[in-house]
Amino acid sequence: MKQKNETLLEIHDLSVSFRMYDGGLEQKELQVISDLHLTVRPGEIVAVAGSSGSGKSLLASAILGILPSNATVRGHLHYKGQQLTPEIQSRLRGREIALVPQSVAFLDPLMKVGKQVDGHKKPYPTEKRRGLFKRFALPEKTESLYPFQLSGGMARRVLVSTALISDAELIIADEPTPGMSLDQALEALQMFREMADAGKAVILITHDIDLAFEFADRVAVFYAGTTVETAPAADFRKGADALRHPYSKALWRALPQNGFQPIDGFQPYAGELPKGCLFAPRCPHATEECRCQIPPIRETGDGEVRCFHAS
Amino acid sequence: MKGTFGRLSRTFLSYGVRILSLLLAVSIISFVLVSASPIDPVQQYILGLGTAVSPEQRAEIEEYWGVNEPPVERYFTWLGELLKGNLGESALYRRPVADIISERFANSLALMFCAWLLAGVIGFALGCIMGIYQNQWPDKLIKKICYLLSSVPTFWLGLVFLLVFAVILKWFPIGFSSPIGILSEDVSIWQRLYHLALPAFTLSLMSFANIALHTRQKLIDVLNSEYVLFARARGEGKWTILRRHGLRNIMLPALTLQFASFAELFGGSVMAENVFSYPGLGSAVAAAGLNSDVPLLLGVTLFSALFVCVGNMIANLLYGVVDPQIREVSR
Repeated sequence: MKQKNETLLEIHDLSVSFRMYDGGLEQKELQVISDLHLTVRPGEIVAVAGSSGSGKSLLASAILGILPSNATVRGHLHYKGQQLTPEIQSRLRGREIALVPQSVAFLDPLMKVGKQVDGHKKPYPTEKRRGLFKRFALPEKTESLYPFQLSGGMARRVLVSTALISDAELIIADEPTPGMSLDQALEALQMFREMADAGKAVILITHDIDLAFEFADRVAVFYAGTTVETAPAADFRKGADALRHPYSKALWRALPQNGFQPIDGFQPYAGELPKGCLFAPRCPHATEECRCQIPPIRETGDGEVRCFHAS
Repeated sequence: MKGTFGRLSRTFLSYGVRILSLLLAVSIISFVLVSASPIDPVQQYILGLGTAVSPEQRAEIEEYWGVNEPPVERYFTWLGELLKGNLGESALYRRPVADIISERFANSLALMFCAWLLAGVIGFALGCIMGIYQNQWPDKLIKKICYLLSSVPTFWLGLVFLLVFAVILKWFPIGFSSPIGILSEDVSIWQRLYHLALPAFTLSLMSFANIALHTRQKLIDVLNSEYVLFARARGEGKWTILRRHGLRNIMLPALTLQFASFAELFGGSVMAENVFSYPGLGSAVAAAGLNSDVPLLLGVTLFSALFVCVGNMIANLLYGVVDPQIREVSR
């Protein structure tokens, strides 16, 4: 129980759906995240891994409370033991919870970088920002550049600075590595490792799964808007047999260095989710039970899994 | 600095060449149109004289004016005089066209500038409100007003305003650019502004709807952008976002639109000046058209083409000054 008390962010049975107009005037609920579980503790990196369209980025928006107005959130979001209401979320945004966006497109194209990193709160933390830029080996003139003038590597460090300048305790990094060379990606992940070692909690949303294994403490595997398994990163380094859920195993085996074996089928589209286990249509071990009932999340060893048959 | 100067002079040179070639094209087209029209300038001139003219005298005038020469020759004669600065003499006002244009344009400029400023400020502000309250009642209400205003003809709106504000309420004078019975030297700036207010307001109503709707759309695009999402993630509120990111990013297209609206402004001023009997270029061009005053008509056509071109040129130049992505790259 000791660990539970230390939990910084706890997510239970989180569902996010969008109201959409289906063709004509008929309204339709599109469920994009279903019954998601995730806990994050201070000092650790939790990697959220999964393919595109598995709801990873929406999770970040849901935690921050910046989903579009046609979204409905159900379930429990607790930060430091406190229920996250829209009011609390708006107070925490940029103060205790910070987002590291994916690319330079998340910076205002017409605002100089320095002013942008400083943020909108007065007094502007200009001195602190200069210190951060120095630490990240960004040249002094960077502050008077516009986002389009930054190189890829500079942009990444600038984006990370926006999170560090806020003293946030929870940092959500949304796909910080795509489009980077291996060296750049390693450098970026090293930055997050340092943040976690300094006592912050980091949620690392990524589909560079193999890199995530190396730097994260735990890995949550996303499939069709839910977490099918949360396991220590060490299990992923050990191999498919150490993993619990058939999708995690399949994901591991699909990596180029582990045999490059894809499995058949596609991740179901948000509008056409199966009735039972979301993975059942593609699962080699699926039984009648799996097709009718959604398996509950269970603790097994050091991890959690959502599967009837996992051991 | 030298590089900046070189770049600027190159820019101006290229714009100069473009404007000159456009003016040449306009002069050819308008000359052809006037030649093809049934207007008989000699007849108009004789009518203006007010005395009877014998057929022999008429033939003499035709000979003197070169009416019977081939059109191409006539065009080059006209162009040659034009290049010397001679725009001809107005058949209607019996004065050099250049004098009329400069005098009337000063009046029109005051009117158009006030209308332009009003339209820009009101349009931009309303556009921002609509964008912020997208699909809520303020947006829906203002949008309906904008659609209504852009579909109502200016002259009709002008007449309604005249009726309501000048005739019934008597808040504003019913016409002219200064009070009747006062020497033009004695007219104060306030009297001028007082006479200007109603036509300027009417004229601004014509173009502000356009600016407001464009600003609204652009602001909505900005608010749906990734950088605004990130700003929200960093705790910026609705109004902070508008101030820090919204205004910055919609200012550019709004400025361009504002300077590119010179054409509509000039077109609208023809209507507004006639309704309000305002002695500007717009009412002069209407009078020239109705009275077949060919020299004045051609002169105003060329001048208005120049006016619109300059507006568009300013819009283009401003873009380079204001947008860092253009400014910094060309440096």
